[in-house]
Amino acid sequence: MKLVKSLLVASAFAVAATPVLAAEMTIVSWGGAYSKSQLKAYHEPYSAKTGVSIINDDSSAEAVAKLRAMNEAGNVTWDVVDVVAADAMRLCDEGLAMEIDHDNQLATAPDGTSASADFGNLIVSECFIPQIVYSTTFGYRTDMVGSTPPTNVCDVFDLKAYPGKRSLEKRPINNMEWALLCDGVAKADVYDVLATDAGQNRALAKLDTIKDSVIWWNAGADTPQLLADGEVVMGSTYNGRLFSAIEEQKQPIGMLWDAQVFDLDGWIIPAGLSDERKKQALDYIYFATDTQRLADQAKYISYGPARASSAPLVGKHADLGIDMAPHMPTDPNNAKNTFLYNYSFWADYRDDIDAKFQAWLAK
Amino acid sequence: MMPEQTSNTPLLAADGTPLRQSLSRSLRRQKLRALFLIAPLLVFVMLTFVVPIGNMLFRSVQNDIVSNIMPHTVAALENWQAETEPLPDETAYKAAFFDLFAAAKAKEHTKLGARLNYEQTGISSAFRKSGRAIMKPGKELAKTFQKIDPAWGKAETFIALFDASFDANFDANFDASGKKTNTSLNQSQLARLNQLKGEQYIVPETKGIAADAARALPMTAREFSYWTLFTELEKNKSITEGKVWEALYVALADDLQNPQNAAAIASLSGPIASLVKTSAREISQQPRIDYTKIMGGVNKGWSERIIWETIKLHSSVYTGGYFLNAVDMRKTLDGPAIQPESKQILLNLFQRTVKMSLIITISCILLGYPIAWLLANLPVRTSNILMILVLLPFWTSLLVRTSAWKVMLQQQGVINEVLVWLGIVATDNRLEIINNQIGTITAMTHILLPFMILPMYSVMQTIPPSYVRAAKSLGATNWTAFWRVYFPQSIPGIGAGSILVFILAIGYYITPEIVGGTDGVFISNRIAYHISRSLNWGLAAALGAILLAVVLVLYWAYDKIVGIDNVKLG
Repeated sequence: MKLVKSLLVASAFAVAATPVLAAEMTIVSWGGAYSKSQLKAYHEPYSAKTGVSIINDDSSAEAVAKLRAMNEAGNVTWDVVDVVAADAMRLCDEGLAMEIDHDNQLATAPDGTSASADFGNLIVSECFIPQIVYSTTFGYRTDMVGSTPPTNVCDVFDLKAYPGKRSLEKRPINNMEWALLCDGVAKADVYDVLATDAGQNRALAKLDTIKDSVIWWNAGADTPQLLADGEVVMGSTYNGRLFSAIEEQKQPIGMLWDAQVFDLDGWIIPAGLSDERKKQALDYIYFATDTQRLADQAKYISYGPARASSAPLVGKHADLGIDMAPHMPTDPNNAKNTFLYNYSFWADYRDDIDAKFQAWLAK
Repeated sequence: MMPEQTSNTPLLAADGTPLRQSLSRSLRRQKLRALFLIAPLLVFVMLTFVVPIGNMLFRSVQNDIVSNIMPHTVAALENWQAETEPLPDETAYKAAFFDLFAAAKAKEHTKLGARLNYEQTGISSAFRKSGRAIMKPGKELAKTFQKIDPAWGKAETFIALFDASFDANFDANFDASGKKTNTSLNQSQLARLNQLKGEQYIVPETKGIAADAARALPMTAREFSYWTLFTELEKNKSITEGKVWEALYVALADDLQNPQNAAAIASLSGPIASLVKTSAREISQQPRIDYTKIMGGVNKGWSERIIWETIKLHSSVYTGGYFLNAVDMRKTLDGPAIQPESKQILLNLFQRTVKMSLIITISCILLGYPIAWLLANLPVRTSNILMILVLLPFWTSLLVRTSAWKVMLQQQGVINEVLVWLGIVATDNRLEIINNQIGTITAMTHILLPFMILPMYSVMQTIPPSYVRAAKSLGATNWTAFWRVYFPQSIPGIGAGSILVFILAIGYYITPEIVGGTDGVFISNRIAYHISRSLNWGLAAALGAILLAVVLVLYWAYDKIVGIDNVKLG
């Protein structure tokens, strides 16, 4: 059966309108210190090796919406995109990200372990190439908590022992889990309880006990700033942000490693790239996610490399010269009691619980 | 003497044509020239404003994704009496099996799952898991068939069975034995593919499926046709390059077991006929294909009513569902219903947005009026300096101004520190003037103030000072002179400024997001959430459409009450 193929005029136009420049690629990330760490660890060595120039675009926060719009317009201008695992899953679900054959398209570990075994269960989606492990955890003002700094995540809910404002993210994810944990739900049961109406109400009721003392944040930089200003006594944010506030800016801030929520960040390649650009993107990914490169990134920022084989290679901070391993969320001392973000739960319940959460906030 | 013009002879222009004609021609030429002059702007506005906004608003009712991805299921569910029957019948399950299979192969099923998850929590993962599990039943049947005859494992067997074009004597409409080929089947499956992928592929109408095989094995023929089209058009491959589609075995077993096909199978002739007949005998020993059971095995969600109810409710190509959601309601089988109280949020946000925008507009009038008066009445040198102060915020980034308010208003911020230093408030009882409505009103009033001052100023400049002087010389007090003489003349400026400030305020997003906390955010913050976080663009479009309607209604009301002619920008 030979068939006549007629493409959409629009997509044919789009192909003609985006000439491929093999010597240039656009990589999308989060900006700030994080992008800088990627620039030093990945982009610069890659450009030096291949001569490809890399354009940075700090649009990761809106990556899902923008990729959807690009896809509808038939003109995808990004080559590689850095997203959190939950977004990678959604992009995969929407058909906006390309599926990856991890074993054949990524580098094996130096000892010959296959890529999929090296990343292990961090490959949470067929489209996702894990890069770092980060944690959402609490920081506190060392000068505002007296002689007994908080050691337990439930201290956040203890207004008597730790009076003052706290900052929490203005979305249900993580907050609902912490609330249930501190309301006496066992760690293993948290998502089962949260799947029920009664469980959601229970979490909100627990949050109600501190609602008047909460400042809700939207951007990852908010909590470090609020802590530095003394606006809050403790607050949740990403561990890398706290690291830079504590170690680089020497603020009187301490870090609470308890029930921190483990999450992942990594790369996706947008669906619908031309063969040439796809090849280029895969070549970059192969380079940027090998064992050494992932370990190199940890010199610049305190996020744990996603490969098991990278952990022993983590060295000292590039400027401060301090050992980075003890600051990693993956360090055994820090990871005594961690909480793993449940991706498929939130993929299902995100909108439902968010509507309830926002309605509760507005009350 | 000039002959008197009679009423029925037309006036003539210099060149002899009737004056009316030549006048209208030159007028038309003028209009065309004018149009030509504004053409770049017109095209620009159309392309960058009207078309995208129209496109976005259209999404608020667009819902063809359900019927595009699961066309057979939607059709089968038409017959389901959801009010009385607990679950749909076998035909719906059968339709869902093949729809979902095709969608999973095209990687479209998760899109539909995400769409339906907006309506019913949990469907997203049910679809995602189904996409993987839907391959299993076919895989098991493939083994059964290959045990009967290994030939069933090859695409060539199916091609020999169905594809008339492989026949050497193939003619446009008749196969070798003079039997008609079924061309309409290919065309209908092409339509199915185009619908699913949103493409416009074309296949010559002369290509057909062998009519006798299509009669004997109708489901298999349908899926074969779809498989070929999908593989060749969408994947740019030949079907002989990969494995036979799993769903084909399910369809084949179903066809062979179906007593309605028995006669047509018996009359089959050709190289594959004996294979089909032996397989029919063998397969009829197996339990009958039960799609209800198969789908239940794919995901337990398909054995429950809720997933079917959601598909049926949201299967129409155009939906009012997003607009219902936008006003805290939802579609149910019994018609529109109010959302449970724990999820009611949007109406409240609409009210708050309008209320706070009005407060901001009034604050701007109160603060802006004296400044505009000063600007209009001070000597030029001083008023120029004042003007720069008014315009200064315009030259500063919006984000910087908003962040500056954060520094000013927070509990350890400038205002609180000063008040504590003055001893007006206690240090442990600092004012909460940020992350709430006060924060939003303060910051937005400051940011929008120039939009109020400038139109007021340009109107006040045109009011002759002699009027007030005249009023005073006739014995009016300062207040009377202002209130009876000056103020009425400045109303057009207030009107223009108010409309400008109110319309800008109602759509504000970034300032409430930063300083609004929880009770100082606007509906636009929710729209932004649905655009960039939840990706529920249909709901975002519905919210945007309602906001647009609110603005237009208020504008209309303003026109009725004050009159739009009384609005002046200078």
